[in-house]
Amino acid sequence: METLAFQGLIGLSLAMYLWLIAAGLTIVFGVLGILNFAHGSLFMLGAYFAFTFYGLLGINFWLSMLLSLLGAALVGLIMERFFLRYIYHLDVAYQLLLTFGFILIFDDAVKMIWGGVFMIPPMPDFFTGAILIFGRPFPIYNLFIISTGIGVAIGLWLILERTWWGRIIRASASDREMASAIGVNIPILFTTVFMFGAALAALGGALSTPVRVVAPGIGGAIIIQAFVVTVIGGLGNLKGAFVGAVIVGVLTAYGILLFPIFELFIIFVVMAAVLLLKPEGLFGG
Amino acid sequence: MIKHKGFSITTLLLLALIVFLFFLPQLAGKYVMYMTMHILILSVFSLGFNLLLGYTGLLSFGQAGFYACGAYGCAKLLLVIPSLLPGIICGILFAGVFALILGFLCIRHTRIYFAMLTLCFGMMIYSLAWKWRSMTGGDDGLIGIPRAPLEIPGILSIDMSSMGNYYYFVLVVCLLAIGLLYRIVNSPFGLTLQGIRDSESRIAFTGISVKNYRLIAFTIAGLYAGLAGALLPPLENTVTPPLAHWTHSAEPVMATLLGGIHTFSGPIVGAFLFYVIKDIIVRFTEYWLIWLGAIVLALVMGLPGGVVSIFEKRLIPWIRLRFGERSPR
Repeated sequence: METLAFQGLIGLSLAMYLWLIAAGLTIVFGVLGILNFAHGSLFMLGAYFAFTFYGLLGINFWLSMLLSLLGAALVGLIMERFFLRYIYHLDVAYQLLLTFGFILIFDDAVKMIWGGVFMIPPMPDFFTGAILIFGRPFPIYNLFIISTGIGVAIGLWLILERTWWGRIIRASASDREMASAIGVNIPILFTTVFMFGAALAALGGALSTPVRVVAPGIGGAIIIQAFVVTVIGGLGNLKGAFVGAVIVGVLTAYGILLFPIFELFIIFVVMAAVLLLKPEGLFGG
Repeated sequence: MIKHKGFSITTLLLLALIVFLFFLPQLAGKYVMYMTMHILILSVFSLGFNLLLGYTGLLSFGQAGFYACGAYGCAKLLLVIPSLLPGIICGILFAGVFALILGFLCIRHTRIYFAMLTLCFGMMIYSLAWKWRSMTGGDDGLIGIPRAPLEIPGILSIDMSSMGNYYYFVLVVCLLAIGLLYRIVNSPFGLTLQGIRDSESRIAFTGISVKNYRLIAFTIAGLYAGLAGALLPPLENTVTPPLAHWTHSAEPVMATLLGGIHTFSGPIVGAFLFYVIKDIIVRFTEYWLIWLGAIVLALVMGLPGGVVSIFEKRLIPWIRLRFGERSPR
């Protein structure tokens, strides 16, 4: 019983990375109508930025987190302003292909700049160690991840529900033309939302650096998990993305424990079942 | 009926190309043959994919799953019965059965949900190929698959151990498959698919079952992916899980959009360009994907019709003009 509860906590920390990347993905889809294949690459870039600032240059941990977010937001600005903006009217196939092109570019660019090897950056001192939960050592860093994920969730909810910018986002997501007619500057909104999504993905990536490896190709691996999460929660549904992330994270953790051979398979079965039975997602109306 | 000169020029070029392909082993080395086989395989793979995208309007991101079914199906049988034809047929049928079953589920959706669902099933097949070690060999894949001889008892027996012989086998099979698909897309069935792409409700109002047509198109695409996959193990002697991975599903998508989705020949031209571009770039740098990515961006931004559309819109009218014929349109 305690093993199960403990494994659930591990799943929850897994879920938080997924949540951070899926949040940006689903907001961008909800507002811009684009399913960004390269969103995982922004996660990867965030990880590499954090690794460079903190691990190589020795900048303060918090400052390097902030710099990574800004760096990824800048990349997002370039992607949206100079590329995505011109293909909103095209078929979804072209949108997927364009963003897939970005995956290829980012993966190779990362290899050119940082080399193709795996890198494990150091853990900041104040996060090393573990506390006892259910009589087992649980890393402090995982607790930090879980609280950050929940903090981001609350922050996002406050932004979307309580601020002017959040209202504009919700209005544009539900009716782009009407929002434009009442004076919302859609192009600027799209750019900022995309940058915001990029920064969220980068936050996930940056936070993952002390515990996961940094390597080219981690973007392509995580984007599929992010797709699973967003589909389960409903494309464009933020609340759903959070619950979806928890479901997938916890399921992965138990799957590894109980049936390691079919752990990945079962996650895709869940995704297919949601798509077939309730395509608007578990929380879609 | 008067045949237009432009039409006969294309036919002539096509015949010249086929003759050239048949004499290729005499003209070029093993590397060019090997490349050509890969181009042919990707052509077949992409043509099947484009029956869904270009003709039916459904974007599948899981075709690599059926490709892998074909490859594993063929490999499994060849390891037991070393005879080429049964292996290939086993691969095709295996992929076809999977496509029929999964297609039945996938065609309930269109657009982005269809893309997600196919991606999902493709990755399911990938996860099985990767983890089900006793059946698929796990991440090592299946190795030592023989390039079995082509045998039909009492009629013929051709040794395939030389690459030249296998090249002819791949060439003939692919040309037959391409010809058959050309017949299919220009048949009433193919026209109905295009009708579904352009207006689903109009086709439904004429009493045609849109779902059945989509399912048949999906199954044919799966069969073609299976054929492409089944041709691979005798060539490479090995199959591995990445064949089913979604990044492999992106290959026919790229080839098709590179060549052009609204023409029959688009995927073939795209497959050719895909390998040629790769071959040229890797001579200069190991980072060839960054250039491929840049080409993909440039194509989507600047040339959404694909490369073939340039030929159709510019070159062929120019040839017609040059040879003093009136354009048919």
